Amino acid sequence: MPKSELVENLDLDNYKYGFVDPESHVYRTKPGLDESIVREISRQKEEPDWMLKFRLKALRVYESKPMPTWGGDLSDLEATLKEIYFYVKPQEQTERSWEDVPDNIKNTFEKLGIPEAEQKALAGVGAQYESEMVYHSLKEEWSSKGVIFDSIEDGLKNHPEIFKEHFGTIIPIADNKFSALNAAVWSGGSFVYVPKGVHLETPLQAYFRVNQERMGQFERTLIIVDEGARAHYIEGCTAPVYSTDSFHSGVIEIVVKKNARFRYTTIQNWSNNMYNLVTQRAVVQENATMEWLDGNLGSKLTMKYPSCYLMGRGAHGSIMSIAYAGSGQHQDTGGKVVHAAENTTSSIISKSISKEDGRSSYRGLCKVLEGATGSRSNVECDALLINETSRTDTYPYIEVDEKCATVGHEATVSKVGDEQLFYLKNRGLSEEEAMALVVRGFLEPIAKELPLEYAVELNRLIELEMEGSVG
Amino acid sequence: MSNAPALEIQGLSAKVANEDTSILKDLDLVVEPGQIHAIMGPNGSGKSTLAKVLSGHPSYQVTSGEVLYLGQSILDLEPDERALAGIFMAFQYPVEIPGVSIANFLRTALQARLGHGEELDLFDFQDQLLEAMELLEVEPSFAERPVNDGFSGGEKKRNEILQMAVLRPSLAIMDETDSGLDIDALQVVSKGVNSLHKQNPEMTILLITHYQRILDYIKPDLVHVMVDGKIVRTGGPELALELEKQGYADWKISS
Ligand SMILES: Nc1ncnc2c1ncn2[C@@H]1O[C@H](COP(=O)(O)OP(=O)(O)OP(=O)(O)O)[C@@H](O)[C@H]1O
Ligand SMILES: [Mg+2]
Repeated sequence: MPKSELVENLDLDNYKYGFVDPESHVYRTKPGLDESIVREISRQKEEPDWMLKFRLKALRVYESKPMPTWGGDLSDLEATLKEIYFYVKPQEQTERSWEDVPDNIKNTFEKLGIPEAEQKALAGVGAQYESEMVYHSLKEEWSSKGVIFDSIEDGLKNHPEIFKEHFGTIIPIADNKFSALNAAVWSGGSFVYVPKGVHLETPLQAYFRVNQERMGQFERTLIIVDEGARAHYIEGCTAPVYSTDSFHSGVIEIVVKKNARFRYTTIQNWSNNMYNLVTQRAVVQENATMEWLDGNLGSKLTMKYPSCYLMGRGAHGSIMSIAYAGSGQHQDTGGKVVHAAENTTSSIISKSISKEDGRSSYRGLCKVLEGATGSRSNVECDALLINETSRTDTYPYIEVDEKCATVGHEATVSKVGDEQLFYLKNRGLSEEEAMALVVRGFLEPIAKELPLEYAVELNRLIELEMEGSVG
Repeated sequence: MSNAPALEIQGLSAKVANEDTSILKDLDLVVEPGQIHAIMGPNGSGKSTLAKVLSGHPSYQVTSGEVLYLGQSILDLEPDERALAGIFMAFQYPVEIPGVSIANFLRTALQARLGHGEELDLFDFQDQLLEAMELLEVEPSFAERPVNDGFSGGEKKRNEILQMAVLRPSLAIMDETDSGLDIDALQVVSKGVNSLHKQNPEMTILLITHYQRILDYIKPDLVHVMVDGKIVRTGGPELALELEKQGYADWKISS
């Protein structure tokens, strides 16, 4: 069978998280957004006055900023945003015990394998359903050492000082239109604090589910890793398949203090009707290390560029990403690093796969400020195109204001070669198996960094996607 | 079927697909099960093309003739179906598969040979792989390297025979496995092939080469000379020695 025919027959109906559960909420705002909705969200959360002011200010900034004209196609988004629900409250409070989560919501997460995940090697688990964290728990072993792993709302209530010290400082309201939107209507997300010197040996995991049709999810996460501490946070997301569009716009703020080490892993597997516009940024202090591991497999359009601000000397930032753009998908992803101190180092490795009319774009910024002597940065982006109509673009921006710095950039575009396929078939692999093997090999350098379940999940996805019309 | 030759090529003509360039021209060849036949011939005479046509490479189109493998026509089979039927080609130019370890690759290839729902026994697989690696005198870490990626020319050739040792074909087509191997490696690889042949005397080998040397180690039953897309002469092992001295000048003039 010719390759083009095979590729045309790869179908995308394999999304196994696309099931819809009955609607369930105790409260939701009317569709669309105005000041009354922002006030209502704040009132529902019984927030201090400063937070309401922060939200209202953010709403004005959001309204004043134009839609971005770069990145993906946002032309239908304005209309979508008039129709979606900005706040849907699934239950009254965040439960600490899985038993107390309402049955219907529990069922959803059980179908997604979430409580099972907790049994496995995790330090803590959070689960967000629509706009709120319905469940959050941390193993006693870690809470007794002073680790905090809460919903963001509980973080604000229970730890107001440290919360206020950092909230909105890493990603200011006006950073971009969608960070402003998130600042106005944020709801849900995690608050994490890892005390000095504490090494969390197993990851914290948060899982995000959107069930409601025409839903907007705006989680906000704040993570503070204190001096010499170590931790790993994993985020996963899925949603049902609807014919209407949904919207997800998170803001993730992270501080990695002196000598600390932190990794943030995302496996985004939203359904293909989701706009996913996320702002993620880490401030990295002296000799600290921040690693973003970013897997973008789902969504209609993702625009997401995890960033590291290397503020202390010797700080290191690493951004590794995988993007998969199947039919009708656009993954506009990449990374951003700012070298603001001496001897800071960074590396960006980005791998993308485009299939059918899928489009992946790498968009990256590497900035070395004057005085950041001895800094080094290396960017490598590789794109794999599965067939003729697949598309990839690279937009690397490099700004170096320091003479004593080294910045490298390498980009490759490849196709699954006919000779590769023939070689593999000569060993007995079918066309699909051969394709899947080449694709897996391409992703291997990053896939091997993923937590095991996610690596397995990624393999499963690749196999399904490469399944052709044989028979 | 038991009396059928391992390979019977009748009047085979083939050309480059979508082009007029014909490469194989009315070629005949019969190889009995368990036999080793060497094919020699000048550059560009069509030896690799023959190997690829037998393996079902999509770049070539058979314009006439027939290829019977154990009495059955294989021309309508896909390359992977031929492989599952027991046909293996050691490539003249092995292909790189970055990020896929040899072990993983071979495991996938063996799994593909099992029926639906059957799972490869991983312990058996480990044993098979280790045995093959010992046979070809490679370090155990070799199997963890990505297939041919960053390999030296000789390592690539050795890897081809390693795969052959694990996959156990019944018809092995070795396309210039000797070129690129140093003298010691040539001995190791030849010894490996001989040992596989001894373990499975039914294994048929078509050995394409330019040099008589490998035939000192792997003794052919017959030697064929291929010029301009067809077999122009067949003889015993002594034919290779003769070619080594005289080259192909005679045929080149006449063709
Ligand atoms: N895909 C192709 N497209 C065009 N010409 C081809 C193609 N494949 C083979 N040929 C031509 O067919 C002829 C035979 O090539 P082939 O590789 O089979 O030769 P060979 O006998 O294996 O040579 P060598 O000893 O150099 O390996 C050559 O002239 C070659 O250029
Ligand atoms: Mg050749």
